[in-house]
Amino acid sequence: MGVGLQVTNLNAWYGTNHALLDINLPIPANEATALIGPSGCGKSTFVRCLNRMHETNPIARVTGSVRMGDIDIYNDVSPVEVRRRVGMVFQRPNPFPTMSIYDNVASGLRLNGFSNRRILDEIVERSLKNAALWDEVKNDLKKKSGASLSGGQQQRLCIARALAVDPEVLLMDEPASALDPVSTAKIEDLIFQLKSQYTIVIVTHNMQQAARVAERTGFFLNGRLVEFDATHKIFTNPGDKRTEDYITGRFG
Amino acid sequence: MTSQYKTSKGNRMWRAASNHLATGLAILSTILVITPLVVIFIYLLYKGASSLNFAFFTKIPRPVGETGGGMANAIVGSGLLLLVGSALGVPIGIAAGIFLAEFGRGGKLANLVRFTADVLNGVPSIVMGISVYSLIVLPQKHFSAFAGGVALGIMMIPTITRTTEEMLLMVPHAIREAALGLGVPNWRSVLSITLRTASPGVITGCMLAFARVAGETAPLLFTAFGNQFWSVNLNQPIAALPLQIYVYALSPYEEWHRLAWAGALVLIVLIVVSVSLVRFVTTRGVLKGAS
Amino acid sequence: MNFKIQDVRVPGPSETPSPVSDPPSGPHPGEGPSAIRKFLLSRGSSAFADRGFRWLMVLCALTIFGIVALIATELTLRSQLTISKFGIKFFFGSAWDPVNGKFGALPFIYGTLVSSLIALVIAVPLAVGVAVFITEMCPRKLRGPLSFFTELLAAIPSVVYGLWAVFVLVPLLREHVNPVLMKLLGWTGFFSEPNFGIGMFAAGVILSIMILPVISSLTREVMTAVPHSQREAVLALGATRWEMIRMGVLRNARIGIVGSIILGLGRALGETMAVTMVIGNRPEIVKSLLAPGYSMASVIANEFSEASDDLYLSALIEIGLALFIVTIIVNALAQLLVWVVTRGAPARVN
Repeated sequence: MGVGLQVTNLNAWYGTNHALLDINLPIPANEATALIGPSGCGKSTFVRCLNRMHETNPIARVTGSVRMGDIDIYNDVSPVEVRRRVGMVFQRPNPFPTMSIYDNVASGLRLNGFSNRRILDEIVERSLKNAALWDEVKNDLKKKSGASLSGGQQQRLCIARALAVDPEVLLMDEPASALDPVSTAKIEDLIFQLKSQYTIVIVTHNMQQAARVAERTGFFLNGRLVEFDATHKIFTNPGDKRTEDYITGRFG
Repeated sequence: MTSQYKTSKGNRMWRAASNHLATGLAILSTILVITPLVVIFIYLLYKGASSLNFAFFTKIPRPVGETGGGMANAIVGSGLLLLVGSALGVPIGIAAGIFLAEFGRGGKLANLVRFTADVLNGVPSIVMGISVYSLIVLPQKHFSAFAGGVALGIMMIPTITRTTEEMLLMVPHAIREAALGLGVPNWRSVLSITLRTASPGVITGCMLAFARVAGETAPLLFTAFGNQFWSVNLNQPIAALPLQIYVYALSPYEEWHRLAWAGALVLIVLIVVSVSLVRFVTTRGVLKGAS
Repeated sequence: MNFKIQDVRVPGPSETPSPVSDPPSGPHPGEGPSAIRKFLLSRGSSAFADRGFRWLMVLCALTIFGIVALIATELTLRSQLTISKFGIKFFFGSAWDPVNGKFGALPFIYGTLVSSLIALVIAVPLAVGVAVFITEMCPRKLRGPLSFFTELLAAIPSVVYGLWAVFVLVPLLREHVNPVLMKLLGWTGFFSEPNFGIGMFAAGVILSIMILPVISSLTREVMTAVPHSQREAVLALGATRWEMIRMGVLRNARIGIVGSIILGLGRALGETMAVTMVIGNRPEIVKSLLAPGYSMASVIANEFSEASDDLYLSALIEIGLALFIVTIIVNALAQLLVWVVTRGAPARVN
C-alpha cells in the first residue's frame, strides 16, 4: 500500500538559482497526482526533492520538510533509505546496459544484498507483469540485455525495476515524453492500474495525460505552486488566472 | 597588367609545386617511419624464430661455453614480477580512477592527484629503479622479486588511473541516477553499476599498462636484479625476460645472442597481442551499449 | 535511525485499509510486499559503508601523491652527501673519477642533451610529416592500420630497440652512413674519426625512432582537434591542400605540436636501456658526434650496482634526482601546451 506525503515550506536551489519557493502540498496516498507547468517551472526539481535525488547534484540545496507517514525524510532517515521507499522512473529510459532483463528488474534487491533466488524469480515475474511487459519478454529474460529492447519496452522495464523493490511511492518524471504514442498509451494504462497499490506522482508537460490519469493536479510556474486541486476542477474551473491561461494555451 | 599576370602565373605554378612537394614529403616521411618498424619486425621474426625452440621455454640458462639452455626461469620470473606488479598497480590505479571520476570532480585534491599521476607517468624508468632500490632493497639489504614487482606496479598506476577515470566519465549520468534511485548504496552503485558498465574500457587500460611494463628493464636492474637459476621466491633475486635480453645482448657469446633474439621475439609477441587485443576491444566500441 | 522507522511503520495489511479490492496482477504469491519492505528496512542506511568506501578511494588516490613525494624525498635524502660536498659545481665539473672521489656530472648532462637533440632533429620533421599524412592526406582505409603501426612502434620495449641497434643499426651506421657523413660534413668537426659505430650519433638515431610515435600520435591528436571550420575557411579562399594544411591546420595546432615535441624530448631525456647499449659509455665531452659518450640515465644503469662507497652512490642518485626534476618540468610544460590546444578554446592565431 502506498503512503501519503506532506510537503511543507520546501525550498530548493541550484547554486544561486532559487528553483523552488515555499512549496506546500499534501500528496494523498493511493492516488495519482499530476504536476504540470511550462518547462523550467520547477516541477521536475520538485519530484526529485521527494526522494532526495535533488541533492545528488553537488551544487544543489534543499530546505523545508517532506513527511512520509510519520517520518521526515530529510531528518529522520538517510537518502538511501528514502529512495528504497520512494521509487523513481526517469524521463529517459535508463536500463542498466550490461545487465539482462532479469538482472535489471532484480537489481534493486540484489544490489541491496538480497539473494534468495526463488523469491527473486517471483518478484521479477510479478514486477514485469505489473509493468505489462511480462508477455513480451518472458522468453528471453536472461538472454536479452535491457538495452536491446525498444524505447517503450525499456521504460516499462524501468517501471518494473522500480516496482521490484516494492516502494510506497512511485515518482515519474515525464515518463512518456521520449516515447511514441502507442507506448505512451501503455504507460498511461499502467499508471491507472498501479495507483491502487502505490502513491503516484507524475510530472508531465502533456495536459491531456494529466487529465486522463490523475485524481489531483498541481500547476507550477516559476518555481511556485500556483494551484493544487482535484484534476477536473483544475481543468474545468481553475481558481487562478495563470492556471487558466496555461490550460487554455494562452501561455508563452 | 601583363607583369601582374605573369607573377600570378608564376605564383600559381609555385603554389602547385609546393603542394606536390609537401605531399611528396609527407609520403616520404611516412615511408621512412614505417621502414624501421618493418625492418625491426622482420629481423626480429627471422632471428627470433630461428633461435626459438622447445628448450627455450623449458630449460634454464647453461653456463658459458655450453650450447642449449633456455629462458624458462626468466619467463616465469617475468610472469611473477608482472603478477606482483598488477596486484599492486591494478587496485590502486582503479581506485584512484574511481576517486577522480566519482568523488573528486573538479576539486583541488583531484587536480593534485591528476597532476601527480602525470608526473609519475613521466618519471624515467631508471629513476623509478633507484627509488625503489633505496626504498626497499637498501633497508632489506638484498635484491628481491618483490622490489621488482613493486617498481613495475608503481609504473602501471598512472595509465590505469587515467583510463579508468576517462572510461567512468563516459558512463551516462542516467545510469548512476537509476542505481541511486533504487536506493542502492553509493559504494555498491559505483562498483556494480558504473564500474561494471565501464569495465571493457577499464580492462583496456590495465592491459595497456601491463604491456607497457612487461618490457621494462631499467626498473628491474637494481630491484629484481636477475638470476641465472630457478627461483620463484619473492624474497630472492629473480630473472626477468627483459633483463636477460639485456645481459645476453651485451655478452660476447654467439649462443647468448641467439637466446637474446628469441627472448625479444617472445616479449614482442606478448606485447603485440595485448596491444592488438586492446585495439580490437576499443574499436569494436563495447561501450556503445552504454549510451 | 533504523529503529525509528520501524517504530513508526508497521508493515503489512493492517497499516491502511485497502481502498481497492483486486490488485492488477492478482494476489502476491508467497512473500508479500511487506516482506520485501521489511527486508529493505533491515538493510540500514549504508552511510558507514559509503563513507568507508569513499575514504578508501581517497586513500588510494593519495597513494599516487605519496609515491611521488616519497620518490622526491628519498632521492634528495640519499644524495645529500654530494649535494653538500659539491653543491652546484657538481653539474659543471667534467671529471668523473670515482676511484679518486672526483664527481662531475657535465659529461652525462652533455651526452643526454646532445643525444636527445639529435633525436629531435631527426624525429620532428618525420613525425609531423607522418601526422600530416595520416590526418590530412591518407586514404581512409590506410588511416587505421597506419596509426596502429605507429602505436606498435611505441609499444616495443626499450631493450628490444637496444638489441636491434647493437646488431643491426650500429653496423649499418659504421659501414654505410658514417663514412658518408664524414666525407660530406667532416669539415664541421662534428663527424670525424674515430668511427666505432657506437657513440652519440647512434644513440640519437635509436632515440629518434623511439620518440617518433610519441610525437606523431600527439601531433595527430592536436591536429584533429583543430575545428573543421578552420580548414574550410582556408579552402574557401581557393587554397591548395598544402596551403590549407599549413595555414588552416598547422598554424592553429602549432602550440600543441610544440607540446608534443617537448613531450618527446621528455621521453628521450629519461630513456635508458637502448641508449646505454649503443652510446659507448665513456664520460668524455668530445666534439665529434661519432665518438662514444655517456648519458645521465646510462651512467646510473651501468655504475649503480658497482657504486661501492657512499659518495659514489650519492653522486649517482643526485644524477637521478636531476633527471627526475628535469622530466617533471619538461612534462608539465608539454602537458600544458597540448592542453591549451585540445581542451582550451580554439587556439589563437596571432
